[in-house]
Amino acid sequence: MSASDRTGLRADVRPESCPTDLPVLLPFALAEGHPPARLRPVHGWLLCGVAVVTFPAWAQGAAVAPSPLDVVIKWAPLLLTGFAFNVAISLMAMAIGTFAGIGLGLAMLAEGVVLRRIAWSITQVFRNVPWLVLLFFVMFLVPFQVTVFGLRVPLPDWVKATFGFSLPVMANVAEIVRGAVRSVPNTQWEAAESLAFTRRQTLWRIILPQCAKRMLPPWMNVYALIAMATVQASIVGVTEMLTLTAQVHAAEGGRPELFAPLYGFAMLCFFLYCYPIDRLTAVLERRFETR
Amino acid sequence: MIEAVQAWFQRLYETTGFNFTVFYDPYDWERYVAGLRMTLLLGISTILISLVIGAVGALLQRGPSRLLRGIVNGFVVVFRNTPPLVQIFFFYFGLGTLLPDVRSADGLRAPILDNVQWAIVSLALFAGAFNVEIFRSGIEAVPKTTVEAAEALGYTRFKAYRHVVLPLALRVCLPALNNNLINLLKTTTLAYAIAVPETLYAVKQIWSESQNVLEMMLVLLATYAVLVGVLVWIMHRWERALRIPGYGR
Repeated sequence: MSASDRTGLRADVRPESCPTDLPVLLPFALAEGHPPARLRPVHGWLLCGVAVVTFPAWAQGAAVAPSPLDVVIKWAPLLLTGFAFNVAISLMAMAIGTFAGIGLGLAMLAEGVVLRRIAWSITQVFRNVPWLVLLFFVMFLVPFQVTVFGLRVPLPDWVKATFGFSLPVMANVAEIVRGAVRSVPNTQWEAAESLAFTRRQTLWRIILPQCAKRMLPPWMNVYALIAMATVQASIVGVTEMLTLTAQVHAAEGGRPELFAPLYGFAMLCFFLYCYPIDRLTAVLERRFETR
Repeated sequence: MIEAVQAWFQRLYETTGFNFTVFYDPYDWERYVAGLRMTLLLGISTILISLVIGAVGALLQRGPSRLLRGIVNGFVVVFRNTPPLVQIFFFYFGLGTLLPDVRSADGLRAPILDNVQWAIVSLALFAGAFNVEIFRSGIEAVPKTTVEAAEALGYTRFKAYRHVVLPLALRVCLPALNNNLINLLKTTTLAYAIAVPETLYAVKQIWSESQNVLEMMLVLLATYAVLVGVLVWIMHRWERALRIPGYGR
């Protein structure tokens, strides 16, 4: 018996193809890591399915009264109108806040020390005060109508609420603008200067276009926050989704078991609205990541 | 001293019309201080609980159990994407009424958790969901080799997390954590909506009785500016105390 027979090594059979249970001899393979578990649309549909199946069954106990699901379906159009109003408020507050915030952010980057200090303190104040307190501030201290050149302009409460929400947006957007401009390498400024751009031209033609991309994800984050904050308007008496939810609950006889489904419906609406924004923000953040 | 302050604010009212009742009316002052105390209770308890939720959630999120990971992820996704006010209402009105009642000492029916406790629970869960994400980002920043070194030294998974990964992760994610805790302190005002007598609630009571909205608004703004300022100062001190020379930027 030759040596090659004893070791099992032969010229025609390579060791790699030999079946073996020694781990060392197994071909190298990447260890299967745990990918972070993600909620997928499938899970949402599954949850909805479970809810649809279990809700009527759970409500069987109250034989006479309509089941919570029926109540929610019956009032859904009204509640969704309220939700649309919330979305409208958030969009308007975001538009106003973004314009004001870009102005404030640029003022924080201004050459003049006085202007910079003033802009900085305005930003700090509006960023560090609770949004609800700001809302109270605007609701109680802004008159219900203003007279401009003899023309009386009424300010309904939802306009004031929109204004109240745009204040924190303004401060947060200002910080985003400042951070984004600061994150552009100094060399860009120097290069622009050497090409004889003025400061304004540099800012508007070179720096801000580069910033737009970086500002988009945090800006969308602020939007999701403000969309979720609009329900606070119900505390100061604006008729939006939560106010309507409370009214619907009263209209259905104020049964305590209706609280959870009705407020759960409100949660579901906001979740379905904000979750895609959140995912999109994460995707954009990853795409725009600059290393 | 106190009398002098009271007399000064009284004179301010008589001469200029600025009516800071809290500073000369003992009854209003007591209400204001009680509100402040409640805000501090809400703030401190929710900060501590949410930190624990964040640390435990981040541990489970990286754990071997698929089910637990799914639950934690679902919790984070739901609580991050629904308004905190709706969460508070959902917990207090929705779940609060579904839970069985207990008899209080005088034989009255009382809910298991009162509004203050529900506010603490829902605010802590809200901030905890953000903390899970923040801690996760910090843990991901800890080099893999460090964890492997800990394993090589015979640390168990939990021990390595507790003694090696978490202390390092904490330092990485402190700035983001700062932001979230400040946000949480500001969100405690939402407890107003379920009649928790915190600062905003107390101040609202005072201004609707004394008709001094502007003055109380200013007091309210100043109060929160000071509270947030103190929290920022504490967090910065902590950040500096935890700094490891040569680690991080």
